[in-house]
This record gives sequence, C-alpha cells and structure tokens, in this order.
Amino acid sequence: MTETEESTEEVEEKIEEYSGPTSYGVPVTESHDQVVLHPTPAQLLETVTLLKEDGFCMAIDVTAVDYLTHPGRKDLPEGLNPERFEVVVSLISHDQGKRIRLRVQAGTDNPTVPSLFDLFPGTEAMEREVWDLFGVIFEGHPDHSRILLPDNWEGHPLRKDHEVGRIPVQFSPEVGRH
Amino acid sequence: MTNGKELLLGEPERVFRREESPVLRLNEEEANAAIDETGALDDDHRMILNMGPSHPSTHGVLRLMLEMEGETILRSKPVIGYLHTGMEKTAEGLSYLQGATNVTRMDYAAPLFSELAFSLTTEKLLNIDVPPRATWIRMLMCELNRVSSHLLFQATNGMDLGAVSMMIYGWREREEVLRFFEKVTGLRMNHNYIRPGGVAADLPEGWREDVKKLLEIIPPRLEEYDTLQTGQPIFRERLQGVGVMNPAEALALSATGPILRSTGYAWDLRRNMPYLAYDEVDFDVVVGTYGDCFDRFAIRLNEIRESLKIIEQILELMPEGDYRIQNKKVTPPPRARIDESMEALIHHFKIFTEGFHVPEGEAYVAVESPRGELGCYIVSDGGPNPYRMHIRGPSFVNLQTLPHLMEGGLIADGVAVISSVDPIMGEVDR
Repeated sequence: MTETEESTEEVEEKIEEYSGPTSYGVPVTESHDQVVLHPTPAQLLETVTLLKEDGFCMAIDVTAVDYLTHPGRKDLPEGLNPERFEVVVSLISHDQGKRIRLRVQAGTDNPTVPSLFDLFPGTEAMEREVWDLFGVIFEGHPDHSRILLPDNWEGHPLRKDHEVGRIPVQFSPEVGRH
Repeated sequence: MTNGKELLLGEPERVFRREESPVLRLNEEEANAAIDETGALDDDHRMILNMGPSHPSTHGVLRLMLEMEGETILRSKPVIGYLHTGMEKTAEGLSYLQGATNVTRMDYAAPLFSELAFSLTTEKLLNIDVPPRATWIRMLMCELNRVSSHLLFQATNGMDLGAVSMMIYGWREREEVLRFFEKVTGLRMNHNYIRPGGVAADLPEGWREDVKKLLEIIPPRLEEYDTLQTGQPIFRERLQGVGVMNPAEALALSATGPILRSTGYAWDLRRNMPYLAYDEVDFDVVVGTYGDCFDRFAIRLNEIRESLKIIEQILELMPEGDYRIQNKKVTPPPRARIDESMEALIHHFKIFTEGFHVPEGEAYVAVESPRGELGCYIVSDGGPNPYRMHIRGPSFVNLQTLPHLMEGGLIADGVAVISSVDPIMGEVDR
C-alpha cells in the first residue's frame, strides 16, 4: 500500500515539475484533432467539475484500457508515469460542439479512481461496466457491482492477462450433463 | 441555475439521488434476502417482481427487477448481461478487416452504424480519407438502415401496446428495405459492408430504380401508420404523459438520440457535428415537447420521413468514382490486378492473412445511430489487430433512463416505456 502511495506522490511531483502545455490545470495533448487531458486520479473530480462549468454538459463515455502488454506508449505528456490501467472519460460540450477526452492513469495493482456519479449520474452503468470487465474501483459509486457478468464471476475478462477461453463456461449446473 | 436557458432545461435533481432513488440498487442476494417466498417485502405493502428475461415485451433478453406497490412501480433495476459474449475482447483477436464483422453483430437492427463508427475510427488512426462515392454510399446505406430500424420500432412498439396488426405492417415495410440491403451487400443483416477504406462493393446495377421504388412505397404506408396509431385515441391515451423526462435529466443521464430529442432538446450529431457529407444535405432535426412516450414514438416516425428526404437528395448528388480507397496497404487490389502483378498478389495475401498495420495511437469517433450516439474508441499499438476496441452503445447508456421513466407508473405503462426507449440487447450486452 505504501508503495502505491509513494508512486502517486511521485507522479504528482512529476506533474508539478511538468512544464509542457496545460489546460484546466492538467497536462494536455492532442490526438487526431481531439483535445486529451491527463489528470491524476486525485485531480479527476476537480478537472471534470471545471469542465462541467465550462459547458461540457454530458459524460458520453467511460471506459478503460489495460496497457499490460503495451507499456511503452508514446502519446502521454512527458514526465507522466504510464500505469497499467488507464481510465478514459469522454465529455461533450453541446454549445461549443466539441469533445474532450480525459485519460487517467489509474494504477497497477489496485486501480482506483473517484466515481463521477455526483457530477454525471449517467456514468453509473459505464463505471459498473469498467469495474466488471477491468476491475477498476470507483470510489463513491452508489452501486459498485458487476453489470454484465454474474455476481459470482471470478476475474475481470478485459484484462490482458485474462486469456480468451481461460474459464470453461458451464452452461448446465451439473458437471458432465449436456 | 442562473440564466434562462438552464431554467428551460428543468431540474435534474431526481436523477442525482443516491437515497430514495427510483433505481433499485440491490443485487440478487440482497433482493432475495429482503423478500419472503411470495415476493412480498417486510412491510407487506410492497413486493419485488421479476420481469423477463424472456418476456415478449422486453425486446430480447432484458430483465427488470421491479419494486411494486399494487400495480404501481416504485423502484426498478434493469438486469442485463444475458447476451454478453465479450465482443470487445473478441475484437482484440481480429484484424481491422475482420473487425467490421464483429461490431456489426452488436446493434442487429442497425448494423451499418456500428460498421461505420468502427471504419471511421480506423481511418482516423490510419489518416486516410475515403473517396467521395464511398462516403455517399455509406450515407445512403445508413439512412436506409435508419428507416428500417425505425420501421422495426413502429412494429414492436405497436405490438407492445396492443396494436398487433402494426407489427405485421412494420415488418412488411422493413423487409422491403432489407431486400435492397440483400441486393447490395449479400445479406439482410450483419452486412460487413462498410469496411475501413470504403465499402465492400459498388452499388449494383439498377440501384437507383430500387431506391426510387422504396421512396414510393414507404411514404403512403407511413400515412397508414398515422391513421392507425398517431391519431388514434386509445393509442394516444397509452402514450401521452407516460414516462416523462426533462432535458436536464436526459443530459445528466447521458441519454442521446430520440430520448434526448423527445424532451425538446435539439441535438443530432448529423446536424451539430457533421460527419460523412451530412453538411451537404438538407434535413430537419425532429424534436418533441413533453419528453413522454408519445414524443419518442412520433420522433421516430417523423425521422423516417426526414431520412427519406435525405435519401432523395443522395440519389441526385451521388458522385461517380471509386467505392474504396486505392491504397494497397489498406484495401485489397482489384481482382484483375492479381493476375498481372506479383506485388498485387502479395498485397492481397498480406491483407487477408496478417491484416494491415495501423499506426500507434488512440481515437474516438461517434455517429448518430437510430438510438443515439454510437461511438467507437480504438487504441492501436501499431499492430494488425486493435489493442483495445470499445463501442459506446447508445442502448446501453439509454437503458439507465428506464427506472426514472417508470417511477410511479403502472406496470402496463412500464411496457410502453421499455418499448419507447427501444433498446437493442445485442448492443447493450455486447
């Protein structure tokens, strides 16, 4: 636990050192004509609140990516520590006709980010889906449970270390009956 | 809540509630522990009722957990996942060329839109532009698909509300459109027609006549629907004032498509953030007033008319030219070239075995599907398969409006609400 705390602090220190372009107080890059912000989990709520006040009226999408087998990605701002799990939030501003994407480095062992429920209740199902398929914890979520898989399912299938067909699916409750 | 515009949107407080929310936030075990064997809850006035997953009016395999007091729905929870087949995981094992066959099976009532979103995202990562004819063919096919999808809605919505003959009529007209799809793509559904780099094949000979015939057949049938449904007192009684939502609530719940527009909020990606060539055609964005089931029904009916209007313009504006980009690294070479050129043979072989490589990066592209914003997010690590492919299914997100729309209504109204949200479970569960 102390290790993760240390690494978060390190990331924050690095961001303080960060001298590249920022927007809404966090590092910003551009990917295929779309603005991408890179807040830390601790900055996420604040950044999204600022964006919401600025007219980004809808949380279109919440998803995640497991970068286990593709660690050396080059599209992060310099100085930002790439983590295994990245939560991707897409917001849209109807007034400006603009989209913005937030890529949050959520951690490696116990990926955790704050829930956006109190700002955009529409993220409830999407965050449940990310928990279900990636095992990312959303702190403060009103119903932190699986959504697509059964409650007693083990593992999070969209993780890269979860092989396809790893768990034989038992369609009949009795073994050996077809 | 200071300026007039926000007041117009209404109060969104209802959907922010954690306590006393219309969403029944119980899992299976907790629900089972709370009720006795008759389904009644402790205080004897309320019960938890299970609806689905194989209920005829739940559109496939949607299951609802309903907290009832008599016949009134208090809280509810959509229980989903019965059709989950891990399509996003599957996509990681398929090349970009094969990817379209995967996504097309998500929203099976409007498969071309998933293909379009997937192809546009791939093309964005590849930094390529498709020829104009490919763009216009895509538009033609997507608008026809919007027509067929909304016709399907007319059929199922009518059936859910007791207008059983409507089911026959809706399917009948939809079949006319699907017949054209079959002629163009070879398949009635799951076309795999829109692919990265363009479309799979040029429009067949005589396509203009076929489309013109559709434009003749469908409008008078829509008039019949009006007679049968829109002006019919029993039908209106079932829908008007049922399942009401204001714009602020719809925005907070990330609802898009006809659900958002029914509240009077004019937001359509085709108009507001144009893609393909939608800025070159003339059409109206249909909006409602009250945000009830009737508005959602009427929007879909009138969107068929708007789509037909667009199709009419496409017939005139369709440019000549190639139907796919001639880029050896992305699209297979023309068949005749393979006989003459060794290189063409190699490219053909490479594309169909290994697939083409896509530069490293990530991109998100969204299109307006009949159900709302359909987005595709792809992360590429530079290889021939997407490193991660995510589809933002409008049905999945829109489903969250159900508990809020059904709260305080009768169970029969619940059926009308489910129908008016028009979820396609293949896209919800993916």
